[in-house]
Parts: sequence; C-alpha cells; structure tokens
Amino acid sequence: MTTLSHDSNVGRITDNTVDRPGERAPLVLNMNTFGEVTATVCRVNEAGKAPFAWYVAFAAALGLLSVLGACITYLIFTGVGVWGLNNPVMWAYDITNFVFWVGIGHAGTLISAILFLFRQKWRTGINRFAEAMTIFAVICAGTFPGIHVGRVWFAYWLFPIPNQMEMWPQFRSPLLWDVFAVSTYFTVSLLFWYTGMVPDLATLRDRAKGKVQQLAYGMFALGWRGSNRHWHRYERAYLLLAALSTPLVLSVHSVVSFDFATSQLPGWHTTIFPPYFVAGAIFSGFAMVVTLAVPAREMFGLKDLITLRHLDNMNKVILVTGCMVGYAYSMEFFIAWYSGAMYEKFAFINRAFGQYWWAYWIMVSCNVITPQLFWFKKIRTSIPIMFVLSLFVNVGMWFERFVIIVTSLANDFLPSSWDKFTPTWVDIGTMVGAFGLFFTLFLLFCRFLPMIAMAEVKAVMPQADPHGAGAGKHGHH
Amino acid sequence: MATTVTNISDTKTEQPMPQGAKLYGLIAEFETPGDLMAAAEKCRDAGYKYWDCHTPFPVHGLDGAMGLKRTWLPWFVFGAGATGTTVAFLLQAFTNSWDLHIWAGVWVTGYPFLISGKPAMSLPAFIPVMFELTILFSALACVKLMFLFNGLPQLYHPLFKSNRFRRASNDRFFIAIEARDPKFLPKATEQFLRTLDPVAVEAVED
Repeated sequence: MTTLSHDSNVGRITDNTVDRPGERAPLVLNMNTFGEVTATVCRVNEAGKAPFAWYVAFAAALGLLSVLGACITYLIFTGVGVWGLNNPVMWAYDITNFVFWVGIGHAGTLISAILFLFRQKWRTGINRFAEAMTIFAVICAGTFPGIHVGRVWFAYWLFPIPNQMEMWPQFRSPLLWDVFAVSTYFTVSLLFWYTGMVPDLATLRDRAKGKVQQLAYGMFALGWRGSNRHWHRYERAYLLLAALSTPLVLSVHSVVSFDFATSQLPGWHTTIFPPYFVAGAIFSGFAMVVTLAVPAREMFGLKDLITLRHLDNMNKVILVTGCMVGYAYSMEFFIAWYSGAMYEKFAFINRAFGQYWWAYWIMVSCNVITPQLFWFKKIRTSIPIMFVLSLFVNVGMWFERFVIIVTSLANDFLPSSWDKFTPTWVDIGTMVGAFGLFFTLFLLFCRFLPMIAMAEVKAVMPQADPHGAGAGKHGHH
Repeated sequence: MATTVTNISDTKTEQPMPQGAKLYGLIAEFETPGDLMAAAEKCRDAGYKYWDCHTPFPVHGLDGAMGLKRTWLPWFVFGAGATGTTVAFLLQAFTNSWDLHIWAGVWVTGYPFLISGKPAMSLPAFIPVMFELTILFSALACVKLMFLFNGLPQLYHPLFKSNRFRRASNDRFFIAIEARDPKFLPKATEQFLRTLDPVAVEAVED
C-alpha cells in the first residue's frame, strides 16, 4: 500500500486513507491551487461532449423512464386493479417503492446538514451530488403516493385546499403527516441544494463562453459576486438551514414509519420503528451515494476530489448504520417473543419462515451480513468490492420495505382473510421505471450543473487558511 | 505568478474607460486569502465605508478583518418559525376541531371532524404537522431573506464589466472601494491600495 507522501509535490498521491497522528489527511489530492479545483469541476460542464458512457447511460435511463410513463398511463386509464393488490394486501410495490426512495433521499441531507454541524470537512467533496440525489429520490418517492390513490385526479384532496364540498383532510392521520413531512423535506432539500450551488453557478457564469450558458448560469447565479458582506449572511443562512434540516431529516422517516407504527397490525405496531427507519434510511442512502459516486468519479475524472478517503468514510457509515439495522431486526424478534402476544409472535415467525421467507432472507443477507465486510480496510478501500456491496445494500433495503409491508398485511389476524400478493408486470415496470426517472435526472444534473461544491472544497483546502498555507507573502498574524 | 503591480493607467489601456464615464470604484487583486485579510484590516482602519471584499469562498476571519457586524437574519428566521408553528396549529384546529365560518380569501367553514371517537382538539396528533411547518416557514424565510438582505437577485453589477474580476469566483481575492465613499479620492485611494501590495489595481466604470 502506498504511503502518504509528506510533500504533496512529490509524485501523485492516490491513497489518502492512511492516518498519521498529528497530521490531517488531505481532502483534495494533487491540486495546489484553487484554479485547478475550478478547472477540474467545470470541465465536466464545459466540455462540448459528454463522455461516451454518459450517452449510453442516458439512453438507458430514458428507456426506463418511458417504461415508467407507459405503466403510469396504463394505471391511470385502467385503475389500480392493474397492480397485483388484493384484500388484505392493499399496499405492496407502491408503498415499498415510496419508502425505498424516501430512504435513499436521506443521505443527501444527512451529509449536507448533520456532517456540516459536526464539522466533517470531507463532506464537501460529496455533498452536492448527494443532495441532488436526495431531490431526485424524493421526486421518485412522491410519484408513488400520488399514483396509488386510485383516482389520481383527486390527489389534491391530500392538501387542505378550500373547496365547495367543505371537505378537509384528517389531520389525526399519519398519512397526512406524511404529506406535510415529505413535501417540507422536498422543499427544504431543494432550498439547501440551490443555496449551496449559487456561488458555483456564478463560477460557471464567469467562465461561460457561449451566450446561452452565460444567460442560463447567470440567471440562476442571481448576480452572486462573492462579496464578503454577502458571504457573511450566506454562511449564517447555511448554518441555519443545516440546523433546521437536521431535525427535519430525522423527522421525515420517523413520520414515514408512523404510517405503519400507529396502526394495530402485528409486525407494524412497534415503537422501535422511527429510529429503525431513520437508521435504515441513512444506510440505504449512503449505499446509493457510493453506487453513484464510484462510476461518476471515474467517468468525469473527479478522483482527486472524491478521493478514496471519502469512499472509505462512507463505507464506515454504511457499516455503522448496517449494524443498527441488524440490531433493530433482532430486537423486533426479541420484543415479539417478550411481549407474549400471540399475533406478534406469529407475525415474526411468519416473516422468516412463512410464504415470503425468501424475501426475508434476501433482506438479512444483504443488510446484516454484507455491511459486516466493511470492517476490513482492504474491502472498504476496494472500488469494485464496495460498488458490488453497495448494490447489495440497495437491493436489501428494497426487500426490507417489501418484507415489512407485504408479509404483515398478507397474514394478519384471521387465517380466513389471508392471501398472497403476486406482482403484475405493471408493478415491476413501475418499480424499474422509477430508476429511469431517477437516473435521467441525475445524469442531466451531472452534465449541466457543478457536481462538486467548488466553493466549499476550496474553503477546506490548506491554502484557504489565511494563517496557514494561504498566508501569502505578507501573511496575516 | 509574478507579483507585478499593474499600473492603473496600464489597466486603462487594457480596458479603456470612455472619456467622461463615471467611476464605480477601484478594485485591487490579491493572490492569497492571507494577503487579502491583511489588506482588509488596513482598509477597515483607514475608515472606508463603501467597500467590500470579493472571494471565491468564505474566508475565515474576514468578517472581523472587515469589521462586519453580525447579521440579524437568525431573529427573522426565528420569527418565521414561530409563525409556522402558529399557522399549523390554527389550520388544524380550524379544519378539524373548531366550528367556525371565516373569510380567508373565500368563505370557508371549519367543523369538529369526528373520527374514531378521538377528541376534537387532539393536540398530540397535531404536533407533527406543526413541526414540519415550523421548519418549512423557517427555511423559506432563511433563504429568501438572506438573498433579500444581500440585495440579490441583481443580475447587473458594474463589477461584472471587469474581465479581471471574473477570477473572484475562481481563484483570486479582491478588495473593491466604491467611488461614492466619502473618503474616496481617485489618486489617493489608488495610492492607498498600492500600499497594500496587490497583484493589480484597476478602475471600474459605473
């Protein structure tokens, strides 16, 4: 293993995962000036052509997106009967997908808000596209409650809009809390993402050669000119947004878990759900960040900004949250036994050995066993292995939601009302198609918007310190 | 990069200022945050009022070097958050608990919404939405007011005329002293900026 070179000018550093006492590992490799950071990040947006792989990926994403469009159109024109839902399994792929995507959406805000409050400077390399990922994931998530209501043209009934029928939403229902939680989460994430991007859009504006680029970036940069009087308020606002988003991100998946936890269904009616859902959301979200970061840094030449250390750190977060998820799985079983409630006990034995036993064991292998491999540094720092493991986590977390929702509904209290859910092609098409929506938006983002928060990365470089490496010829004492 | 001080008249030949054009101010360019900070302290001590630093990223300690006062923004955000809590409570109480006929743009009627025998005023159940709207109102106010206080969006600014200034969003650090400053005298201010040892000094027309 290469060791960290003391003089960054000697040779290329490729491994910054080595910790030396009394020395901070560099967050930006092989770059000594701010200009190099700008050039590396802007090159992606300024290139006349995207990498070939981008076009291939974009075509595939558009293909999947049209599958989603076709499935939703068919659903709207025909009715929810085109899904495999039955009585008692009235929620299945729709809500599984909803919870899956909301969960994915948690990593972005966690990285941008919680790691910001904890002064984790490495977040600057990955926060921008993790936030973008959050927004696109929440868009995917929002689609499902919208289309699962049956008569989608009445979806506006979710909101307290004055109407002739004098009909109001029922505010004592967690489903309505969810409407407010998810829409607030989307709005605040969008604000956070955009606010953070304004200085970088100004950079792109100032470098733009074409009229269209100048106009487009110029409009969205709002006339930002790096004034320190502006930065002063900007930094305050950013800190406040981080402080506001931190409880928000914890509340959103808690509220999502209330959809289940406040019902009386065995397997849903558990108090562990809010923290368990939040841990699972962070777990799946970080896995998705790794899934996206690994190819993105290769494709766009960002390896010196999204370094191995960043990936190593993310894998550590996956390991920690994976342990929490594993703990929650076992605690659910313990409480089911300890409660002495017959239906509770049955619900959990049925989960592991009932008609959906295979889904349960896919979930356990992907979510409990897979992350344990990240105890080994060799694995945490191996690009191909972490990519494959992150895919496993994504799959496992989808199955977690499927297991919670479908096994609990399919076999509830009375055996006479039990049934089995089998997905139809529309169910599967909608699930797969949602990835098309997600990747289409993500690839467009990579091409046209600054993928890395340049201003923030520059601010954590040693050269940015007016008392240290950035002191200059006169310096500041 | 050589640290030659570009003569102000040289700069004029690069970017000729039309005769009789109004001067917006002078900008001085620095290479490092440390140089900028040292210069900013001198500007502050020289008693300039309408001046600013322009940097590609927030420089730590520059607020103090410029003598900026803490912004009032957080108090407004707090107010917005409190408004959000109140609005959410009133909304839920009106639509689910109280019997009222009020005018809110249109005439609307709220009534006790009886469901599962729960009390009409079920405050614990109202808390999640109160929390969410607190955050929503605070965040919206935070971003909107931050840009508003900063005078943004402002798509045109005299500084954008300077080609040199484009590097303020990339890798250079600038001090701009405006001509409207009571202490501003073209020659003396230029001389003052030169003493700060910048990479270059340039005049920007209004």
